[in-house]
Amino acid sequence: MLAYIVRRILYAVPILVGVNLITFALFFFVNTPDDIARMQLGQRRVTPEAIEKWKAERGYDRPMLFNPEARGVQKLTDTLFFRKSVSLFWFDFGRAEDGRSISHEIRLRMGPSLAIALPMFLVGLGCYVTFALGLAFFRGTSLDFTGVVLCVAAMSISGLFYIIGGQYLVSKLWNLVPISGYGDGVQAWRFVILPALIGVVGGIGASTRLYRTIFLEEMSKDYVRTARAKGLSERRVLFGHVLRNGMIPILTGVVVAIPALFIGSLVLESFFGIPGLGSYTIDAINAQDFAIVRAMVFLGAVLYIVGLLLTDISYTLADPRIRME
Amino acid sequence: MSRLLRICLVLCALVLCACGSPWNNPYPASRGGENVLYTSFSERPKHLDPVQSYVENEYALIANIYTPPLQYHYLKRPYEPIPLAAVEVPRPAYFDALGQPLPEDAAGEQVAYSVYEVRIRPGLRYQPHPAFARDGAGALRYTNLSEADLEGIRSPADFPHSGTREVEAADFVYQIKRLAHPRLHSPIAGLMNEYIAGLAEYGKQIADMARTVPPERWLDLNRHEISGVQVVDRHTYRIRIRGKYPQFVYWLAMPFFSPVPVEVDRFYAQPGMAARNLTLDWFPVGSGPYMLTVNNPNRQMVLARNPNWPGEPYPDAGEPQDAAAGLLRDAGKPMPFVDRVVFSLEKEQIPYWNKFLQGYYDASGISSDNFDQVIQVSGTGDAQLSEAMREQGISLQTSVAVSTMYIGFNMLGPVVGGDSERARKLRRAISIAVDQEDFISIFMNGRGIAMQGPIPPGIFGNREGEAGINTHVYDWVDGAPRRRSIEEAKRLLAEAGYAGGIDRETGKPLIIYFDSTLTGVGAKARADWLVKQFQRIDLQLVMRTSDFNRFQEKLRKGAAQLFYLGWNADYPDPENFFFLLYGPQGKARFNGENAANYASAEYDSLFERMREMDNGPERQAVIDRMLEILHRDAPWAGGFHPKDFALAHQWVSNRKPNKLANNTLKYQRVDPALRERLRREWNQPVLWPLGLGLLVLAAAIAPAVRTWRRRERAAAVASVEGR
Repeated sequence: MLAYIVRRILYAVPILVGVNLITFALFFFVNTPDDIARMQLGQRRVTPEAIEKWKAERGYDRPMLFNPEARGVQKLTDTLFFRKSVSLFWFDFGRAEDGRSISHEIRLRMGPSLAIALPMFLVGLGCYVTFALGLAFFRGTSLDFTGVVLCVAAMSISGLFYIIGGQYLVSKLWNLVPISGYGDGVQAWRFVILPALIGVVGGIGASTRLYRTIFLEEMSKDYVRTARAKGLSERRVLFGHVLRNGMIPILTGVVVAIPALFIGSLVLESFFGIPGLGSYTIDAINAQDFAIVRAMVFLGAVLYIVGLLLTDISYTLADPRIRME
Repeated sequence: MSRLLRICLVLCALVLCACGSPWNNPYPASRGGENVLYTSFSERPKHLDPVQSYVENEYALIANIYTPPLQYHYLKRPYEPIPLAAVEVPRPAYFDALGQPLPEDAAGEQVAYSVYEVRIRPGLRYQPHPAFARDGAGALRYTNLSEADLEGIRSPADFPHSGTREVEAADFVYQIKRLAHPRLHSPIAGLMNEYIAGLAEYGKQIADMARTVPPERWLDLNRHEISGVQVVDRHTYRIRIRGKYPQFVYWLAMPFFSPVPVEVDRFYAQPGMAARNLTLDWFPVGSGPYMLTVNNPNRQMVLARNPNWPGEPYPDAGEPQDAAAGLLRDAGKPMPFVDRVVFSLEKEQIPYWNKFLQGYYDASGISSDNFDQVIQVSGTGDAQLSEAMREQGISLQTSVAVSTMYIGFNMLGPVVGGDSERARKLRRAISIAVDQEDFISIFMNGRGIAMQGPIPPGIFGNREGEAGINTHVYDWVDGAPRRRSIEEAKRLLAEAGYAGGIDRETGKPLIIYFDSTLTGVGAKARADWLVKQFQRIDLQLVMRTSDFNRFQEKLRKGAAQLFYLGWNADYPDPENFFFLLYGPQGKARFNGENAANYASAEYDSLFERMREMDNGPERQAVIDRMLEILHRDAPWAGGFHPKDFALAHQWVSNRKPNKLANNTLKYQRVDPALRERLRREWNQPVLWPLGLGLLVLAAAIAPAVRTWRRRERAAAVASVEGR
């Protein structure tokens, strides 16, 4: 297994270089270094000399990908792409364009992001699996039909509707929790409960339908019929056999999402004023802060790769027939 | 039974909680009755260093922390600079090229230098800060910090010792030196290089010095001096300005000219500080009424009283109506009135507005989405608060912003630009056709005043009534300006050679291109409205929407034809608006602020005269002539001056819109007891939906459980029968 993991980690290096390259190309396709300088220096009374000085100070005056004036390997290393990207590989994210430490910000904001994402993930997973198992158990009945209709309806509604509707009902009309904001320590739960609940409700339609399909497929297999023929109770059949065997496709989607929980939710964090990494990314895009954008994309890519690796490892735990080679 | 008991206990606990702070209170319950002003910010500040900051949302913080020499009178209009850190508003002394003194009314061309001598209030002290902390021997305690010393330090408050000292004239001079700091990129460095004698030369010396000092190491700015800036004594300094520049006094009211002590600059320049985000750009050190005690731009910024602030009396005079409005009740009382000001991050409009209605923000603006809920227009056209708002005790204040939003023509363009009579008539026809009153009514909820010229109301040079109208676009009818008819616009268009929208020379329809950054909700409606305005005179309009960067690039290259732009005043002087059309400020040629690239020799010469004049009839006459030229040449197709509508709860007093002063927190007063009582009243938790939700859940689960059990039993029976 160790060899497999090492191999996967080595595969990750070109993937991360590629991700960096694409981020770099996309970002600078939309924003030139001059635009970034103007955004940072402000739009009023800024002179071209000030822009040139700002760019030179931060290395934005270098060629993008290839430096024809340099010698040897410096043709590639004395470029904007290399200077801005290489330090990411040892997780040195450097400073944002406004001079503040990105690593420090990430550390600060990871907690609030997790405070929403973790309960949303755990409660959501529990709810979706339970609901899907129930529907699968009652397949073909009016309960199943009603459940599926509700799921389709839930999928058809925009996520923003859940957010705005939830804020209006729970916080404005019923005055049960703060409408937005964040609190320190244990106070955080008051601010987290509504976005987490909305996140769970917003995802119930799509996830339940997916898991229901998985469980139905399992329930149609021979081993389930055998289990029933052996006289096992439906509870044993469902939880002991169907759920266990249905876990492999569920793990594909679930485990890969675990590391990404750190990245946070872009929309929920913005609407609820949660100072997490999702809103950090959105702010950086709006502020044309390339340093933060590349750091967050890189971090997201690393976490996704870790998630995929964890998924593969989890297969071996869920299904003893699978071996890492 | 025990489960039911547990549920009851939880519900009882919840009800008991309800008797305390409201459940939806976003602030800690323990802070309930404190003398705090609650407000919000929507974007994290980029710079809190007064040498760099030049944005309104940053000024909302630092203007209350720093003490530039001057400030604007809170109540009086027109806006009037008054002393803040200074003892008095400095009067410039004028000198000719030989250094001989000139009279106060000397003409600009005679004046070689103006000298401003600024005397500082004795006894003004900085907020407590570790940069001032001294050891037993009187030496600065935190000057040579190592990495180990900084272990665990994340904010200046983490240092065990702090100190203070008196504000001195040298601190103001030091800040002027910082304008030229090569690593700080002050936005006004270029402008001030033109005016402050010796600043440009000083900048070069410091830039040379900076090349020998590694980045992030302290640059000792005191190793060189600015020839035009001197410390006279401990509380006096002198600035020499090239020529006559009466507007300089307004710059002295901006944070750029606040005092910054050299110890603080040196403190933050120590190795390891910047890596911990410990910079002056992040942790301001001022001598104003407030200091920044919580700096978490991801969530909350908190200003608290500066214990070293010597106090300042509330103004005892204002406009005639201010006394009746209760704005002079606190006359002469020491400010500030609130102990802390809490700024919470609120990016989205909906939660922000709802929190205001719930009483968790003390004041608010009005977004277009909420306008109909808040405002009803009376039969006479006056905006009034809706019944619901009045019942809640909310008050409304309106004011005209010192801003100008305008549609500009690119005067370098081959069709709409140029000085020909043909192009002039085309521009005038478009100016008549684009009905700004209609735009204000439809898209601004009536919150604006159609412009007659670049100067907004309340600024010297703006004339009210018939004398102030743009006679090429308006007639004065029944005591009000009335836009000229579309027929007249069409006539002008025909005279220009575009009768029926067809170019006489080519025989093809004339197509006008409008560059904008219109996106999001309402963008399509605005674009359609503009197209319709042009259709009224048979012209075709093509909207070219691009992102902000590309739009700015088009303006810089002179590639736009028509465009929307705006300007917020730096200071209350007509120069700050007329310079938007001054030839040497042309954006395409000189990278200035004249995006229309308008150039008129007569206008430019009048502008140069006007900017050096003091307010008075002579200056007004020059302004009138400048406006005549602008009305004739029509480089802008009209625009508007926005009106601001501000709401405040009944527990907030001493609020008066002041569009130039940013240090207004110290004037405001709140009644925390009333706020607390009303918050509780308005935010009683409604519990029945929780009960209903549980019932619905139980109702949904019950048939499933029943079916499950039946099926379990049925399977058992079937298997027995099957055997």
